[in-house]
Amino acid sequence: MTIPANLKYTKDHEWVRIDGDIATFGISDHAQEALGDIVFVELPDIGRELDAGEAYAVVESVKAVSDVYTPVAGEVVEVNDGLEAEPEHVNTDAYGAGWIAKVKISADTASVELMTDDEYTTFLEE
Amino acid sequence: MNNNTSKYSATQGIQHEEALLFEHAHEAPESIHLPGVEGAVPEALQAFMRQQPANIPGLSEPEAVRHFVRLSQWNHGIETGFYPLGSCTMKYNPRVNEQVARLPGLAHIHPDQPEDTVQGALELLYEVQQWLGEISGLPYVTLQPAAGAHGELAGLMMIRACLDARGDTKRRTVLVPDSAHGTNPASAALCGMHTVELKSGADGRIDLAELKAHLNNETAALMMTNPNTAGAFESDIKEICQLVHDAGGLVYGDGANLNALVGVARPGDMGLDCLHINVHKTFATPHGGGGPGAGPVAVNDTLKPYLPVPRIVKDGENYYLESTSDTSIGSILSTLGQSGVYVRANAYISAYGRQSLYKIAEDAVLNANYVLHRLKDVYHVPFEGVCKHECLLTDELQNKHGIKTLDIAKRLIDLGFHPMTVYFPLIVHGAMLIEPTETESRETLDSFCDAMLEIAAQCEAGETDLLHDAPLSPIRRRLDETQAARKPVLVWPQ
Repeated sequence: MTIPANLKYTKDHEWVRIDGDIATFGISDHAQEALGDIVFVELPDIGRELDAGEAYAVVESVKAVSDVYTPVAGEVVEVNDGLEAEPEHVNTDAYGAGWIAKVKISADTASVELMTDDEYTTFLEE
Repeated sequence: MNNNTSKYSATQGIQHEEALLFEHAHEAPESIHLPGVEGAVPEALQAFMRQQPANIPGLSEPEAVRHFVRLSQWNHGIETGFYPLGSCTMKYNPRVNEQVARLPGLAHIHPDQPEDTVQGALELLYEVQQWLGEISGLPYVTLQPAAGAHGELAGLMMIRACLDARGDTKRRTVLVPDSAHGTNPASAALCGMHTVELKSGADGRIDLAELKAHLNNETAALMMTNPNTAGAFESDIKEICQLVHDAGGLVYGDGANLNALVGVARPGDMGLDCLHINVHKTFATPHGGGGPGAGPVAVNDTLKPYLPVPRIVKDGENYYLESTSDTSIGSILSTLGQSGVYVRANAYISAYGRQSLYKIAEDAVLNANYVLHRLKDVYHVPFEGVCKHECLLTDELQNKHGIKTLDIAKRLIDLGFHPMTVYFPLIVHGAMLIEPTETESRETLDSFCDAMLEIAAQCEAGETDLLHDAPLSPIRRRLDETQAARKPVLVWPQ
């Protein structure tokens, strides 16, 4: 299981990569492993305003259907359309081709509690 | 496989490979003789004339019969073997119920017959209506809902109508514990409400602080299951109901787990306002497979005015239908309910009788705890203590050998058992939810537990290939569920 150092993590096992005023979201390697094979990803609409902590996507695995929550508030500017045909990217490349959405971070930079890779590693061990 | 296990095993017999009907077909159908069209086809129907012959497979009657009988042998049902599917209550359906339901006077009547020609049938339905009210402690019952989820919708519609009548039109939030059955949030959404998830406490039960934090003037209802899907009784139930009521909301009960309570404790006495009852679970009517279902809903005085109509009412010795009500949510089925299902439920309840109904719950809970006790040292038990009608285990101890719940479930098929419910409830990782029901003898429970212990031992012994490859014995090996979900093939031919 990998936990890249350049990302931030949430208690709900989402990751976020912040690059200027754009944040990219996905679910962590731990999350995809716990969910099992992902068979469907419901993507948010472009232009949707997301509050921090709001459910913005749905991932369906052979075991369960789960909401995915917004780490950092913002407006959806891009979604990973490729997941519609190949949801397995979430399993095989959770931090790369398995990204789910990109948002333009809102002016108030509201976010849920974000953890560093080390903090997330400790969180998983607890 | 030890002797005790194989004695109860169900998948070792002859199984024929079986082609699709269309692949069997050899020539024009021999067994079908259609009368053809008499006279000219009306002009208005010309547009619907078939351009090509219907693709009816050419099979003789014995070929068609063998096809379906062979396919049926691929099934594992409660008639074949143990079926401990958690939260589903796969109890045996006594054959006498089938005999009763097939009596010509009950089987051959029509829903639109005049009331005075079907008084006996109405009496049977009325009895079930009254008995379910008594059993649930919620005296007023509608038999209309055609399934559990339909009952949920009907219940929420009544709750919404009640709140609207109070002028509480802002109350649109339904609180649903994260251990709830998946239909609960769907029913709430269909009823124009939205759900807010309550995180379970460390013991798998509703956390009162979490509940309090979410109760407000937008709360329409709490939707809960007691016992919950971890098989645990919500011991704070009275306080839970009080808190919701004090906040101005109502309490909806999912009756899926009523088998743990029937004849012993009543949801109405606990403070619930509304409960749907899965007749196919608790009262032994045929289960699943697309057969007619029934999800009657029982309510208290608060919700009585909103019950669907028509309802069966008794006047002296006569039964008639009451169809008018200013406050009712209306009709939710074109008939009074699935009468054949209720006839079976009536027979089942009658067989036990008021004095003995508690034995259902008592034996169901005893059986689940027996299984829990035999397995608790080799499988991880996420929530300590006695369980109710089902016990919850996880694959945590097997994970270190690379074995997961799915492997254990598939291996059970080899050993002749239907797997337990897997990966549900979602509040624990790698859940295995086992509900033996009161149906099973100690010998059957022992054979299942022996199989589970054998699997755990194989895991410890490092025989993990066997578990990863399971099932080995049935006519189909491990199915690719991922591909089935990602790229389903739904039509033939391709």
